[in-house]
Amino acid sequence: MQGPDKGEAGKKGMRLTDKIVSLIQKLYSLPDQVSEDRYVKLRRNMAVLMFLVTAVPLSVMLIINHHQYQSALRSEAVTQFRVLENKAKHSFELFLQERLSTVKYIANAYSIEQLAQDGELKNIFYTIQQNFSGFVDLGLINPDGIQVNYVGPYDLEGKDYSGTSSYQEVRIKGTYISDVFLGYRRFPHLIVAVERRDPSGKNWVVRASIDIDTFNDIIASMGLEADSDAFLLNRQGIIQTPSKFYGQVLDECPIELPPKTFQPTVIEMTDPEGRDIFLSYVYFSKQEFVLFLVKERSLLLRSWYALKGQMLVVFSLSMVLIAFIIFRLTGLMVRRIKQADERREAAYRELEHNQKLSSIGQMAAGVAHEINNPLAIINEKAGLMQDLLKGAEDFARKDKFLGLVQSIIKSVDRARGITYRLLGFARRLETHYEVLEVNNVLREVLGFLEKEAEERNVSIHLEFSEDLPKIHSDQGQLEQVFLNLMSNALAAVQDHQGQIQIRTWQINEQTVCVSIDDNGCGMDNETLRHIFEPFFTTKKGYGTGLGLSITYGIIKKLGGDIKVASEKNVGTTFTIYLPVKEGTEKGTA
Amino acid sequence: MKILLVDDEQEFTGALAERLELRGHAVQTVDNGEDGLQAVDNDPPQVVVLDLKMPGLSGIEVLKRIKNQYPHIPILLLTGYGSTEEGIKGMQLGAYDYMLKPLSIDELITKLQKAVGENA
Repeated sequence: MQGPDKGEAGKKGMRLTDKIVSLIQKLYSLPDQVSEDRYVKLRRNMAVLMFLVTAVPLSVMLIINHHQYQSALRSEAVTQFRVLENKAKHSFELFLQERLSTVKYIANAYSIEQLAQDGELKNIFYTIQQNFSGFVDLGLINPDGIQVNYVGPYDLEGKDYSGTSSYQEVRIKGTYISDVFLGYRRFPHLIVAVERRDPSGKNWVVRASIDIDTFNDIIASMGLEADSDAFLLNRQGIIQTPSKFYGQVLDECPIELPPKTFQPTVIEMTDPEGRDIFLSYVYFSKQEFVLFLVKERSLLLRSWYALKGQMLVVFSLSMVLIAFIIFRLTGLMVRRIKQADERREAAYRELEHNQKLSSIGQMAAGVAHEINNPLAIINEKAGLMQDLLKGAEDFARKDKFLGLVQSIIKSVDRARGITYRLLGFARRLETHYEVLEVNNVLREVLGFLEKEAEERNVSIHLEFSEDLPKIHSDQGQLEQVFLNLMSNALAAVQDHQGQIQIRTWQINEQTVCVSIDDNGCGMDNETLRHIFEPFFTTKKGYGTGLGLSITYGIIKKLGGDIKVASEKNVGTTFTIYLPVKEGTEKGTA
Repeated sequence: MKILLVDDEQEFTGALAERLELRGHAVQTVDNGEDGLQAVDNDPPQVVVLDLKMPGLSGIEVLKRIKNQYPHIPILLLTGYGSTEEGIKGMQLGAYDYMLKPLSIDELITKLQKAVGENA
């Protein structure tokens, strides 16, 4: 059962990847033909690609930097904590160790008798009070646990300590430092106690109280910022020095004690009051204390957020700049490419056109030559027949024969005209330059067409510039051009409503213009593209497709130019540019 | 006029010669360049009508040789090419004029008379 299922799933997977691949191909395949769509797609693809290669590395860099800065900042903060904590811990330890050493010294340097002597103990106490801060009182406890001698602000002589845990502990360990407690005297202090063995082997205890003001001094000397808190705890989690956030001395700290470590350790956590904090802590090795250092994370990270904000601003600005530049750049590039494509297309069309013209020219010359020889024979034979008939006596149907021969000769003339025109198309007939007035040539040609225009009720409007300069050109060929264009215009317009406008004007000193404008059927772009190509015709059945191609050839040969503008069902305008001075034909053998 | 017609197209030269004779001119026809040169040597004509395109010796070659030996004899060139280039080349080599086939007999006679007249 699993087999087919797997196959199905595999097929689905294949189909999905196929779909993705085909989608990418579709996105990135460009239409072959030159169209607006192609350039839009080209631009989009270029923009996407450029954006990817610029934005992706930038974003990756931003993310990497983000993390690196964050971890660098954090480790910096953590290091700072550790240094601070270590210093404070050492200060505490040193303070306590010093007090312990002092008491130890007193216990061992003096005899029990001296310590039990009221005046002697007073002397000792005042000496240490002058040299060491924090000592509140000093007492001697006999082996039975009774305080036998005491110096200090309270009356504690004769007090029995035998039942207290501190006494028990000092008897076991030899020395003892208590937690902070209120004791009999109701103010926070701690006890330092040292055991002393007398010569008879009995154990005495020297006991001193130390107030915790010095602890506060040590914490103050850490130079903490307002948003930070540092305090001491005992190993039961009872606060030993005042805390900003978590209560007073001897309150229970709401934060559970973390695992034991003697190296300053930083953890990130949320405290019971919901603050995000860095908690740095360390256990004292010689005493039963834990030092807490607390800093709110948001405050610590404030500088990081500021930096992050700046980075984001720079990043966004860069992105906007990149997008803008890519937008402009791709626009420019695609425009250039489009222009190059259009130029290439135009050049290609021109080349194709010229090649067609040239090969047709060669063919036409060959045909004309081959036909002219037999035409010459027909011409001479018919001529001879005519001569003979003229010299012959009258016979039945002589006139009929003469007429037939005349008709043959006329037909030969027509055929000759055609071959000469073909040769003219092949540009092998000499151009005969003369000085002429374009307006006159136009009027002469109009003479041929006026009758047709009148019959069809087509109006021909003339707008000739009267101060047109005379030009050097070929009258016959210009006539052919004008006749051709005017016949086309006549053919394009409808009876009764057709209008043809013929204008002449001078553009500059070297060029005069002739435009022939009709309100006929017009042409679409596809037709316009091929209009000057040989054998291209829309007059299916009766056009040779040579008319406009010959026209084009003649105008070019005369050094001029011809342009056409047309709109379907609106009309067509041909504009001819003719050089005033004799033009030289370009690019022909 | 005493005319020599040199053209490989005998159908053409035959009819043309007959028409010229009908108009009172003495015409000799040959159908290749060698014969043309021979004819000129044997009996120099007043004017030569020479086709440019012939098999064997070309019209241009015949023109050169005749002009070399008999510079005074005018030569009228015929061409079926409709090409002016050959005609112009011939004229540069000393031909009197050139005409395109098919030709008009009246125009031909006018040109021949002019050529002979100028030569005389």
